[in-house]
Amino acid sequence: MRDEGRGTRYESILVTAVLVALWHFAVMATGTKIFPSPVAVLRGLNDLPHLGAYTRDSLFRVACGYGAAVLLGIPVGLALGWFSSAARAANPLIQMLRPISPLAWMPLSVIWFGVSNLAPIFLIFLASFFPVVLATMNGVRNVPPVYVQAGRNFGLSTGALIARVIFPAVLPRILVGLRIAFGVAWLVLVAAEMIAVDSGLGYLIIDARNAGKRYDLVVGGMLLIGAIGLVLDALIRRTEKLKFVRWAFTEGR
Amino acid sequence: MKVLFRDISHDFGSVRVLDDINLSVVAGEFVCILGPSGCGKSTLLNIAGGFVAPMEGEVSIDGEKVSGPDPRRIFVFQERGVFPWLTVEENIGFGLFRQGEKEKRERIAHYVQLVGLKGFEKSYPRELSGGMKQRLEVARALAVDPDVLYLDEPFGALDSITRLQMRRELLRIWQAERKTILFVTHDIEESVQLADRVVVLSARPGRVRRVVDIDIPHPRDLSDPRYIALRDEIFGEIGLAHQV
Repeated sequence: MRDEGRGTRYESILVTAVLVALWHFAVMATGTKIFPSPVAVLRGLNDLPHLGAYTRDSLFRVACGYGAAVLLGIPVGLALGWFSSAARAANPLIQMLRPISPLAWMPLSVIWFGVSNLAPIFLIFLASFFPVVLATMNGVRNVPPVYVQAGRNFGLSTGALIARVIFPAVLPRILVGLRIAFGVAWLVLVAAEMIAVDSGLGYLIIDARNAGKRYDLVVGGMLLIGAIGLVLDALIRRTEKLKFVRWAFTEGR
Repeated sequence: MKVLFRDISHDFGSVRVLDDINLSVVAGEFVCILGPSGCGKSTLLNIAGGFVAPMEGEVSIDGEKVSGPDPRRIFVFQERGVFPWLTVEENIGFGLFRQGEKEKRERIAHYVQLVGLKGFEKSYPRELSGGMKQRLEVARALAVDPDVLYLDEPFGALDSITRLQMRRELLRIWQAERKTILFVTHDIEESVQLADRVVVLSARPGRVRRVVDIDIPHPRDLSDPRYIALRDEIFGEIGLAHQV
């Protein structure tokens, strides 16, 4: 598997290089004014003095909103998974709120939190909270009954059972949920920063267009968001290699 | 009397699975509960373990009514019961949260040795074979020093060679530790190889058809005429012609 990964890594670098080259020559050949070449994008980003601060602001907002969703979502998911009556009571509400795009909360969040960091943080929180809760809850429900029975047999109280049996048994599924939730959080960030704030990568895109039709910065912002998302996703994926969760990700090996 | 089943009856929905079971087990005895699939033998073991409350009758251990699971009697499942997120030694130490650190370490070392997992202390279950996982689960159960072990078809998922070895291992451990063992199986040969007494249950609803004393000392010779006679007696009791 590792060898295969290395092989595809070379291939993917090659494919990316070819596509960037194609992009470059297509812009050169057509002489278009509304789409920048890769060189123009790099030059534009390089000339932007507050790029580092924008990136930092975006990461800070995601860290707060996503972090709060993780810290709150895991206990809520554990409780809903464990107490099936609570899950039954809360389920209609969850299922109704879940399909509402976090962006639909924008007007309300601006009224509640005004022009501040709190508005985008709130939207990111909303976006990532439900995937974390649902992954945790479904994970608890799928814990093999023999584990629970064994834990009870050794005389564990309910609290100890949840801490020592349920949580470690569900952890792999929680990690998958965290990854999905992060993807959604990062998607929402850009839209959230187009309102209510005047910094961040989302703001960069909307501001570059509004202020001077700087399409090099629009495309640069897009690429930067993609690249940072890719790196952070890879970091989250690494948790799947931790020794106490690997059992769930190496089935059949 | 160590374990006493009195007038146990149990239904699942409208289906009676156990009907008026009476059985007594003395301390240190190895009893096999033998019966066809679906005869309620696992349910009977779950009732003894305190995981299922019987609809009628009661189980008592040392004269005390069983009302829930208790670390003095440990249930061993097929090897699926080991915790995959814990290493071998963490699994064995799982139930030892009332003991001090030093005693915990000593017991882990003792049972690692007893079940032959030396050198695998830091391994995770997925790195072990089926037989090793089964031994790990037995070690985890023994580590809390229970006086009764309940084994529910523990070797059912193992291949036939490993299964034979595991029976020998279990007998060795039983002789070293002198626990009372209730062992559920549908394998006639297995019951005659292991048990002091075999309790033969009928098909649903499970009733005690017969209790057969296996009066052959260990180690048992599988071609001993007495072994063959007892085995065939049980085959006859269950109503199977002993031919393939």
